Amino acid sequence: MVAGVAAGGGLLLSCRLGRRDDAVGAGTFAPNAWIRIGRDGVVTLVMSQVEMGQGTYTSMPMLLAEELDVGLDQVTLEAAPPARPYFNPALGFQGTGGSTSVREMWVPLRHAGAVARTMLVTAAAQEWGVDAATCRAERGTVYHDATGRMQSYGQLADKAARLPVPDKVALKDPKDWKLIGTSAKRLDSASKVNGSAQFGIDTVLPGMRFAAVGASPVFGGTLGSVDDSKAMTVKGVSQVVHLADAVAVIASNTWAARQGLAALDIKWNNGPQAALSTADVVKQLQEASTKPGKVARKDGDAGAAMTVATTKVEAIYEAPFLAHATMEPINCTVHVRADACDVWVGTQVAGRAQAAAAKVTGLSKDQVTVHNRVIGGGFGRRLEVDYVTQAVAIAKQVDGPVKVTWSREEDIQHDMYRPYYYDRISAGLDGQGKMVAWSHHVAGPSILLRWAEKSLSGLKAAGISNLVTTIKGIDLDAVDGAVNTPYDFPSMLVEYTRVEPPGIPTGWWRGVGPTHNVFVVESFIDELAAASHQDPVAFRQALLKNSPRAAAVLELAANKSGWGAPMPAGHGRGVSVQHVFGSFVAQVAEVQVTGSDVRVTRVVAAVDCGVQVNPHIIEAQMQSGIVFGASGALYGEITLKDGRVEQGNFHNYRVLRMNESPVIEVYLVKNTEAPGGMGEPGTSAVMPAIANAVFAATGTRVRKLPISTALAG
Amino acid sequence: MPTLNVNGTSRDVDVPDDMPLLWVIRDVLQMTGTKFGCGIGACGACTIHLNGQAIRSCVTPVMAATGGKITTIEAVGDTAAGKQVQDAWLDLDVVQCGYCQSGQIMSAAALIATNPHPTDSDIDNAMSGNICRCGTYTRIRAAIKQAGQSATVAKGA
Repeated sequence: MVAGVAAGGGLLLSCRLGRRDDAVGAGTFAPNAWIRIGRDGVVTLVMSQVEMGQGTYTSMPMLLAEELDVGLDQVTLEAAPPARPYFNPALGFQGTGGSTSVREMWVPLRHAGAVARTMLVTAAAQEWGVDAATCRAERGTVYHDATGRMQSYGQLADKAARLPVPDKVALKDPKDWKLIGTSAKRLDSASKVNGSAQFGIDTVLPGMRFAAVGASPVFGGTLGSVDDSKAMTVKGVSQVVHLADAVAVIASNTWAARQGLAALDIKWNNGPQAALSTADVVKQLQEASTKPGKVARKDGDAGAAMTVATTKVEAIYEAPFLAHATMEPINCTVHVRADACDVWVGTQVAGRAQAAAAKVTGLSKDQVTVHNRVIGGGFGRRLEVDYVTQAVAIAKQVDGPVKVTWSREEDIQHDMYRPYYYDRISAGLDGQGKMVAWSHHVAGPSILLRWAEKSLSGLKAAGISNLVTTIKGIDLDAVDGAVNTPYDFPSMLVEYTRVEPPGIPTGWWRGVGPTHNVFVVESFIDELAAASHQDPVAFRQALLKNSPRAAAVLELAANKSGWGAPMPAGHGRGVSVQHVFGSFVAQVAEVQVTGSDVRVTRVVAAVDCGVQVNPHIIEAQMQSGIVFGASGALYGEITLKDGRVEQGNFHNYRVLRMNESPVIEVYLVKNTEAPGGMGEPGTSAVMPAIANAVFAATGTRVRKLPISTALAG
Repeated sequence: MPTLNVNGTSRDVDVPDDMPLLWVIRDVLQMTGTKFGCGIGACGACTIHLNGQAIRSCVTPVMAATGGKITTIEAVGDTAAGKQVQDAWLDLDVVQCGYCQSGQIMSAAALIATNPHPTDSDIDNAMSGNICRCGTYTRIRAAIKQAGQSATVAKGA
């Protein structure tokens, strides 16, 4: 995909069918994988981090353009193909996730921009026979003010391309930043406002057919027999494709394909999970959590400290399976030929998508071209490539390109779910209400280990420094937010037990490990404050003596929210504070509770994410994370019966709507610390803030999400 | 064969009478700005205008639209309200992933066309059928209010 900013500021999006290496022709200055400048002066920035709403197609160009000294109105964006230079340093492969984009690309992209600018300035200085230090670059042109000379980057491209690439370049002093720190407008707005943005689902190709697919409704089931006699009479239906665990109907449009699918008489072999229910999964977790787990963190002797505590508080927390329910339902368009395969898709992992297609077709990776599109919601769902594998398997049996689009029901019932977690947690307080011991046991599946077991690249996903721990069976993601609370605990034990639910595929969901751990930790801290009759903010502040940034956001959120001011009956305020994804966030949520109906009326968020690359996008991500997390906390729940998911669409997998959305206030703390991630912290922070507000309003402590089910039960 | 008027152009489409407009627009006419989200009229991603009214195209059979005027996201900017809404969306940088925004803008444009000064409650009523998983609701609400104000200015000018 190619995205270019038109003169009027609109983003032009078009399909780019060639490969990355085809495009670098003679006269193009391409000092690194990120930047290409043609003789025509067109500046192309290659995006390794995909755009799925979080603003990378603005923040990444800002980092490059800042040091390159071009305006955002002067650049054309292009999605990176799968290739090693685009690997995410934190992940060890090409991927967008874990709120890592700004954190990981902060240095490399500014460096890439500075290298290019340095070479262009050098080229001009050599041409003019002057000292490069006397030249300056601005908006794609190099100037020598003393002699009034100037040359555009396009004019300098040929000469710069012949210069050696410098290893060391100086990055700008922050006081000289023109873009970083500004609320520059999103580069993808125009195309998303006029309907021209091309998502994967919008792929249109000559001769393309449309597929509707139904996978075994029971997890792990296989396809038995299919009577397609009625389906083949549906106008437009041309073919029925059988896979081991699914069946697809191919037609001249999606509607005909769906009519055909509905007309199939399918016999499934339901397999071993035919009777599986949520209760079976919970029982397995519950049993595992009674035995000692693997030690993820141990400070002091929490067991001994607990025995001398005056007050001991114990609780069990449960977090349900969750679907991602991205607005763009899962889809993938594929064209398989004898010697090539093209895949049009929105994916957070272009390299994994390529590898998946290569595996199914038997082609080499070089023969597979992935055309990555803007993504209509990722939230972790598009870190998985199950749907690429399926679509390629279907396309292998179809002559010509085919677009596979899942129904919303298929999307919700065949997701890779946020795992069900079961946490046992306890703490001891002394006679003054001071914490003396903290013990937390997390039981749940390991997404990280599933990836690691599958492939070398997955193993790298653990990160080299984490590898040893991961091999020992501790999933550092599953305990993220549990081993690294912002608090000082005199003694602390965190254990992890891996428990894989039978047949249920699990995956990362916005906020990943912290989404569940911060809920548990921040809810339990609130329990301890209540047990010792202390104010929830004051109780936390006393534990934050060594975390000034956490203490500062907590104070800011409390002040801005009017913490402590009386509220009407049925209303309540709840707080949370966290340090995850490299950012400090505190939130105060206000709720109104009527029976089992909970409205989140207001959320005040205080954020310290270090350097703010684009404050307006940071605010948007905080708003976004809050709404996403509130949906999960209030309503989100995937349940199983007879091996099948019971929910199927937005009527029974409820998400927040306009009329339910809280007033959100976001306050940013200014500082010069390295930037933290912003895509996910809002989600993890809001869940406990809401649950704690429900406690304040009702006296009911919600230890099992979602809140609506807990209060109704 | 149904004949449709889409964005001012007459189009003959060789499809069954009960085929939802959404798939006629996306797959047959190959206009992909209108999005598929749920298929049951529960998310609003497929919202279009039929004679100026916001409707869910995923549950509207093609026959219900013959003889009427269909407007999609590709042409809503040609209407005064649509332009004001799109401009406000750009001004406030509402979009995130953007997938639901075609539907959001179509619902908002239909609202502003008849009610340029919507209250929060009017906005809730008009917009609660449109889900945004990125949670852009705060900015959508602000953009609708801004679009309404620009509508007044435009009329007064």
